[in-house]
Amino acid sequence: MSDKKPTLAETICETTRDYLLNHQGVIFGQCLNGAGQVAGTVPALTEEQGVIELPMADVMNSGIAVGYAYGNGANRDGRAIYLVRYAGFQWFNSVFLANFASKTKEMSGRPAPILIRTSSSDGSTGPSIGPVASCSIHGLFVHNPGMKIIAPMTPGEWVSGWDAWLDHDDPLFISEYRTGYGIRDEMPDIVHDNPDITLFPISTTRLNVLKALPMLEKEGIICNVIHLVWLKPCLINQRILDPLEKSRHGGIVLDSDFENGVSKCIACDIMQHTSRKVRVMGLEERASGFAAHLDNLPPTSEKIYKYVKNIVGK
Amino acid sequence: MERSPDTGIIPNIANFFDSATTLELFKRICVSRAFELRTHQVFDTGVIKAPIYLSFGQEAVAAALSLSFFEDNPDKYAQHRAHDLYLCYGGNPVALIDELLGLPTGCSGGWGGSASIQCPEINMHWHDGLMGSQVPIAVGDALRKKRLSINRRTLSITGDASAEEDYVLTSFAWASTKNLPILFICNDNDLSVLTEVRLRRNWSMTSLAEAFKMPAIEITDDPWLVMHHVKRLAHHLPALINIQICRGSSHAGTRRGNYKTPEWNRYALIQGTLNKLGLTKESEEIEKNANGEINVIWDKRLKETGNV
Repeated sequence: MSDKKPTLAETICETTRDYLLNHQGVIFGQCLNGAGQVAGTVPALTEEQGVIELPMADVMNSGIAVGYAYGNGANRDGRAIYLVRYAGFQWFNSVFLANFASKTKEMSGRPAPILIRTSSSDGSTGPSIGPVASCSIHGLFVHNPGMKIIAPMTPGEWVSGWDAWLDHDDPLFISEYRTGYGIRDEMPDIVHDNPDITLFPISTTRLNVLKALPMLEKEGIICNVIHLVWLKPCLINQRILDPLEKSRHGGIVLDSDFENGVSKCIACDIMQHTSRKVRVMGLEERASGFAAHLDNLPPTSEKIYKYVKNIVGK
Repeated sequence: MERSPDTGIIPNIANFFDSATTLELFKRICVSRAFELRTHQVFDTGVIKAPIYLSFGQEAVAAALSLSFFEDNPDKYAQHRAHDLYLCYGGNPVALIDELLGLPTGCSGGWGGSASIQCPEINMHWHDGLMGSQVPIAVGDALRKKRLSINRRTLSITGDASAEEDYVLTSFAWASTKNLPILFICNDNDLSVLTEVRLRRNWSMTSLAEAFKMPAIEITDDPWLVMHHVKRLAHHLPALINIQICRGSSHAGTRRGNYKTPEWNRYALIQGTLNKLGLTKESEEIEKNANGEINVIWDKRLKETGNV
């Protein structure tokens, strides 16, 4: 049965196809209709049908897409999707997304509810791009007010973000990770009665955490896993707090971005509500290179295993 | 191209327009100019707390645009220094005063100050404060309207400095590639704050636009000449007009500092043309009325807000 469920990539592709063909939507981006339809997430449609190829002018491109979204305003149909196929390109693109799309509803009363898809990938274990792009880059967008951020890894999570986007008029940043595109099943939280620690993984680190769990169990270390999907706003509710309160050694927020971003923000927010210590793990505080020994990847299962074991002291 | 009050001039171009149009043109120039000169005075009293970007000296361009590019109430995307555009297209002067005073009743609700004014009634959009960002935003909106067969053109206005931003230049190129109904105006006062164009580039906006296969022309700020070319190019959009202007004020605020003396006085040149057209008496009356009306509006609002 599981094989018949659509993958995350297929879900994105078909959801987009329906919106373009039946709701006057458009998707902007570079090289959308070539090179594998951006890992199979973009329907093979024409410009007339809504797939709009942009030139290699990254800074301008986001302005074009935002201008389109701004012109459309709060209308549920006719909205703009903007796809940045490698996360590092967001350095160029961020200006119109963070400074115009995020602010316009508050400053002018007219929203620009653009859906910003960013496709991230590992370095040397995936299509290596070394120093060009870090892994995820959602930390860049947590800074400005007005932008919502979600990091889905499953079809259901992605659709929940999509629905929230259509139901509201705010720009939504979807931080995707290519390791998730093949996933078909949802990923429920794992909660124990007597845990040592609670792990709050984000994006692809969720997969690495799940790989680390059996290794930790062999050491007698019991871990809760609370998947963080919505990064901004990140609702600090009992789903997060209850497992943490029961954890003798607090928690860790694990991110596929650098630590000075979303992970520290969320860890700080959580600690406002509890006396438990919440640490962070993310990319190391250094640049990354093409060679394997220079790459800078999200915390691996081995790294997570060692870090947790060190904290718990077993 | 050399800067001159006669760049691209067509002899006796004002004669091609009827008196009613010419007098309406002059009225809009006078209203905008009177507003800016009074704003200058008020700013110097300390009542206006935010930076101001005055447009006097360049108001002939906005007035000409408002009489030659208006039929479909086009979307207007400008940046700072747009009081003239706002007023010439019919924006409420009281709401602009309130915006300058930082009141919630301002045209931007107090968010924009002088730099980011907006007016939905005239389809004038806000600006996010980043130089030239309005251009790709305008192009994106123009693309949407074209896709959805919305027959409303787009007007994008920059200065000669912001027009150099890489995302502005690529926006020109993309608008041309997609054949979008948008008119690009570059108000060229030869300065980025105090740095002249010749020190920043060895190319012109028009040569670049032509390389992008977009009709383009560089002209002086004679308002009749501007109207002539806007009407002509309106049938060949997208198009770009680089207009040489001489602004009367410095970059921000009212202190001139090292700001250069304007090379020509367009307002005086327009008055000379009106005299030649036999419209001296009418134009003097228009000027007097505009000054009076604007001062009454300013005085009333200052009194109502306790700023006398």
